[in-house]
Amino acid sequence: MMEYIWLVPAFPLVGVVINGLFGRSYLRERAHLVAVPAAGLSFLVALLIALEVVAGRTLDLHLYPWIVAGHFQVPIGFLVDPLATVMMLTVTFVGLLIHIYSIGYMHGDPGYPRFFAYLNLFMFSMLILVLANNYLFMFLGWEGVGLCSYLLIGFWYEKKAATDAGNKAFLVNRVGDAGFLLGLFLLWTTCGTLEYGAIFAQTATLQASLTAPAVGGVSLVTWITLLLFIGAMGKSAQLPLYVWLPDAMEGPTPVSALIHAATMVTAGVYMVARSSPLYSLAPPTLELVATIGALTALFAATIACVQTDIKRVIAYSTISQLGYMFLGAGVGAYASGIFHLATHAFFKALLFLGAGAVIHALHGEQDLQRMGGLRRPLKLTAYTFLIGAAANAGVFPLAGFWSKDEILFAAFTTGHYGLWALGLAGAFLTAFYMTRLYCLTFEGPFRGDPAPARHLHDAPPSMALPLLGLALGSVVVGGLLGYPPEHGLVHQFLAPSLAAAPEAAGHASAWLLAGLSLGVAGAGIGAGTLLYLRWRDVPELLAARFQRAYRLLWHQYYVDELYDAIFVDGFLRFCRLFWKVDENVVDGAVNGTADVTMRVSNGSDWNDIKIVDGAVNRIADIIQGCSATWRYVQTGLVQNYLMAMVLGIFLIVSLYMVL
Amino acid sequence: MIPLSYYLTLGALLFGVGMFGALTRRNAIAILMAVELMLNAVNVNFIALSRYLPNSTLDGQVFAIFVITVAAAEAAVGLAIVLGLYRNFKTVNVDEINLMKW
Repeated sequence: MMEYIWLVPAFPLVGVVINGLFGRSYLRERAHLVAVPAAGLSFLVALLIALEVVAGRTLDLHLYPWIVAGHFQVPIGFLVDPLATVMMLTVTFVGLLIHIYSIGYMHGDPGYPRFFAYLNLFMFSMLILVLANNYLFMFLGWEGVGLCSYLLIGFWYEKKAATDAGNKAFLVNRVGDAGFLLGLFLLWTTCGTLEYGAIFAQTATLQASLTAPAVGGVSLVTWITLLLFIGAMGKSAQLPLYVWLPDAMEGPTPVSALIHAATMVTAGVYMVARSSPLYSLAPPTLELVATIGALTALFAATIACVQTDIKRVIAYSTISQLGYMFLGAGVGAYASGIFHLATHAFFKALLFLGAGAVIHALHGEQDLQRMGGLRRPLKLTAYTFLIGAAANAGVFPLAGFWSKDEILFAAFTTGHYGLWALGLAGAFLTAFYMTRLYCLTFEGPFRGDPAPARHLHDAPPSMALPLLGLALGSVVVGGLLGYPPEHGLVHQFLAPSLAAAPEAAGHASAWLLAGLSLGVAGAGIGAGTLLYLRWRDVPELLAARFQRAYRLLWHQYYVDELYDAIFVDGFLRFCRLFWKVDENVVDGAVNGTADVTMRVSNGSDWNDIKIVDGAVNRIADIIQGCSATWRYVQTGLVQNYLMAMVLGIFLIVSLYMVL
Repeated sequence: MIPLSYYLTLGALLFGVGMFGALTRRNAIAILMAVELMLNAVNVNFIALSRYLPNSTLDGQVFAIFVITVAAAEAAVGLAIVLGLYRNFKTVNVDEINLMKW
């Protein structure tokens, strides 16, 4: 079965081809009949293969030599090991549920088949990303998911904000990808191959040369991992390249759930975990990864506390949770980072789909200030959303508790007390904003327009099923895979794929730390409940009292404005400079030449009129007589000329052949 | 190993499609795309021949990279021209752009 691993990405690819070619003209409202089974079959095959991996088999499959250029050889190949399996199952399962959800959510949209074609293309690219057996093939998937992200953010392309957000996501990711590519170049010149197996086998023999100080007193492996991490920063929305993710919420909500929460944005974490043998040789990079992760976790959490767009709150929450994953990877607990990635995929997809159900019911309303009291009309959505929010907040025994606690524990036991404190503060804020989000949406009085609110209806079956499936996952996945902490199933399973984590020091403190983070989560939930359920006028008073801080958070620390001023305006100024050069120097030269020519020609004018013209006019008369019939050849249509050219070539070649 | 003739057939088909597009399309952007298709057909031939010809060097592959680079520049300039056309004529239909006509 394992040899058929290529089937997993192949099914969605077939879906893309069918929906791409026949979707608009023939399938139309039936597009999901192709797309959903494609995702489903992909999940089934993935499941069968996962069973074999659990039994202990791994496979490094070479299908085809993709690029052969002298010493530079890259195959199309798949690596099936525990890490890839965890990612593959997460992607196909969450992807399948979101395909099903989209049937209900996108119903009646004019771009229905296009949407499913993009969604399948995304599945294909993401599966290539996680299953590839070398960095370049992975990069193909990496860029593929970036392309799908761009296409789906700008899915409603008549909306200016949507296309702008798509462009922004694409351009910001370009910055990260430049770093990633440079990292690949350096990796190839150092190791002479881009295949995971070959590189990681070499790390032992090349260790001396890899870790010796090289450029700028920094070892080669540190440079490689740093450059690769820049790519991860862009793709996984970490400081300072996170700015595209909140704007990406312009896309349809299933897209936000699948691409911008559950799968694509976690690609950076996967890449770091996949490269763990390299990262473990580069302690400075690991420190940076952990620091950026912890800072992002807290930074994004503070912004999430004041935003009023339901999807933006969840988007900042995603950035914050991604920060936790990097914190885990950075302190060497790669398995905990991947574990958090998997649990996060469930509860964050659940939150987004719940938010989508709310937006769907309210006909596009996304403003929290115009919601409230929706628990009664939208029972199923409210309860599943509550499960997702609690799992995100880290409530025992839901999924988020196990994985987040492990990351904080690892940060503490490896001696990163400062980062641990940042993470703990972030955990408090996480619990707080999740409670706020739930209360503002589902509790209290309804603050929106009362007229349409009378006939609110809950999610249709196609949307309810994914909500239930993900809610179930959010409840059980954490405890099932994560108990007992540090030695749960997921750790034993992932151990062969990852560099060994540093042995945790004091296990006695584990329960104390777990209790502490539970207490912090409880405090956050308590504060949220008090402020947004009991004393509902207090938040506004607080905002008025601490106006400056509130405005800073409301404007997201003015980072967008800063980037606009530095990069966008800088670029425009640069362009204007070139324009000025063009206008003054180039045009000036042309005009000057023209001037001189004018003067000279004035001088020769007399000569021209008297002597030359006389002769010319005679000739012209003759030519005009001749040309009257031929002028119609000059049609002015380039294609006619091109046609004549092609016919001419054809004629000459055939003549050549005949003679 | 896939035989060389398959690649050459693919290249010829691609070139034919591109040529057909460039000759029959009326939309300037579609014509640009058709030209790209022809360039890529050439690339397919370059790569295939560089790989299959006995004792060949990497010239073909390097040349393909050059073609890709030039094609990117060409697309940038071409789209800028199309944009300029659109601003002046409010259309990108090449039939209606006939300033050079007699």
